[in-house]
Amino acid sequence: MTEPAQQPLTGYNFAYLDEQTKRMIRRSILKAVAIPGHQIPFGSREMPLPYGWGTGGIQVTASIIGKDDTLKVIDQGADDTTNAVSIRKFFAATAGVATTERTTEATIVQTRHRIPETPLTENQIIVYQVPIPEPLRWLEPREVETRKMHALAEYGPMHVQLYEQIAKYGRIAASYDYPVVVNGRYLMRPSPIPKFDNPKMDNNPALQLFGAGREKRIYAVPPYTSVKSLDFEDYPFSVESWEHCCALCGSTDSYLDEIITDDRGGKMFVCSDTDYCTQRQENGHFGPLGSEAAE
Amino acid sequence: MTDRISHNADTPLLRVDSLSKSYGPVVGCRDVAFDLWPGEVLGIVGESGSGKTTLLKCVSAQLEPDGGAVQYDTRDDGPRDVYGLSEARRRLLMRTDWGIVHQNPRDGLRFGISAGANVGERLIAVGERHYGDLRAEVTDWLERVEMDIGRMDDLPSTFSGGMQQRVQIARNLITRPRLVFMDEPTSGLDVSVQARLLDLIRMLVGTLRIACIIVTHDLGVVRLLTHRTIVMQKGEVVEHGLTDQVLDDPQHPYTQLLVSSILPV
Repeated sequence: MTEPAQQPLTGYNFAYLDEQTKRMIRRSILKAVAIPGHQIPFGSREMPLPYGWGTGGIQVTASIIGKDDTLKVIDQGADDTTNAVSIRKFFAATAGVATTERTTEATIVQTRHRIPETPLTENQIIVYQVPIPEPLRWLEPREVETRKMHALAEYGPMHVQLYEQIAKYGRIAASYDYPVVVNGRYLMRPSPIPKFDNPKMDNNPALQLFGAGREKRIYAVPPYTSVKSLDFEDYPFSVESWEHCCALCGSTDSYLDEIITDDRGGKMFVCSDTDYCTQRQENGHFGPLGSEAAE
Repeated sequence: MTDRISHNADTPLLRVDSLSKSYGPVVGCRDVAFDLWPGEVLGIVGESGSGKTTLLKCVSAQLEPDGGAVQYDTRDDGPRDVYGLSEARRRLLMRTDWGIVHQNPRDGLRFGISAGANVGERLIAVGERHYGDLRAEVTDWLERVEMDIGRMDDLPSTFSGGMQQRVQIARNLITRPRLVFMDEPTSGLDVSVQARLLDLIRMLVGTLRIACIIVTHDLGVVRLLTHRTIVMQKGEVVEHGLTDQVLDDPQHPYTQLLVSSILPV
């Protein structure tokens, strides 16, 4: 589960990036923390993986990680997918830091598409990988205009989009990357996490950092900051719910993935957060298809 | 509505003073001045290239003039120089107390969202967050511009030109503006649609007592809608007076030419 710290690879600076670059990124992070939800430009570097695979998140992690940190990386909630494994290995190799799959043991969690089910603490930092940082992008193609809209807090068009969804589908249909207002001021994209995770961002004790490598933007939600999901008074924000519990651990309050098990319509619902699911099973919670049932 | 008008009866709603705008050596408009009173409809006529649209853009805060002043009697703190307002206030003014109906619906409507959303956008922008109320208000305004309510969730691109203009009008009037700018609102429409749209505009402007500045090259539109008329030629005002006076007894040779060029049916 947890890999101890090791000797980093020789020939690389600690955590891959050079010290000047890390300082530049840290300055942007500080500014981002000072203005919650506001996008700060930074000089994004070429990283040894393609855009869209988490170059922004990696650069943020590289510039905040220290020798004593323990890193956890998740992708869609899972610790064992390609993206998560390779980023974890990357930092184990270039920084020699300890890595873990346990949310509670991590000091830094880098994530794509999920927030862990286990509540985060004040001693943790969560780093999100962000593909498109600008929440107004599909409403207003001009960058100059979107900046002006942020400056003047003209966020009406975002609600127009929600209106449009209610008119069309009878409900707010957005289910991921659901727009939020941070600290009562800036409209922010929470990255493509399911809206199920939006309430976890609100008043979270952990520092939340967002890095977009291709778009060269960093933004942040400081600990204990209000994060409100947009809605209408008569169509309030609500999260997804399932009729099933997790087939493996029996959890009824975590985000479930639907897994197709055969070509005859067989399927199962399991926690997308693999660590959370494993912990529950180790503590003796099982669902209909959990290990005990299988034995 | 009537209260406010009588309240400000001694101040013009809009005062334009020696307004000039040139594009390098080309004159857009030069030394234009006029007052617009609450509830009054002013026509600006002239041939293509005479500076009508430039003047309208300068007056409606879409294009900063080189010289002169535009003073607007704001609801909150009286007459203020439009270009002296902060950008935030100016943008707020433009989407609440003002309306702008563009010649081309593509400039005034969002084509990616439904007609209903287009009409509701301004209300949302000023803070309406109740879907039911919003929907009711939008429906009401679409009815007022004689639109088929069954089509309120359709995209504007599926509408005819006349319907698009109706949506544009509803979108502007929903915040109950006191001043509406219209740039050739009926050009490009066939005559029967034009007639019905003009009728609608006349009815709305009359019942809501909205002040209006209409730019057009169509003297019929001017005759039908406006109280006063400004005639422009080469960027300058050549004649200015009551509409009937200007059309029936034109003094300036250019106005005489314009009036005599109307095609008899």
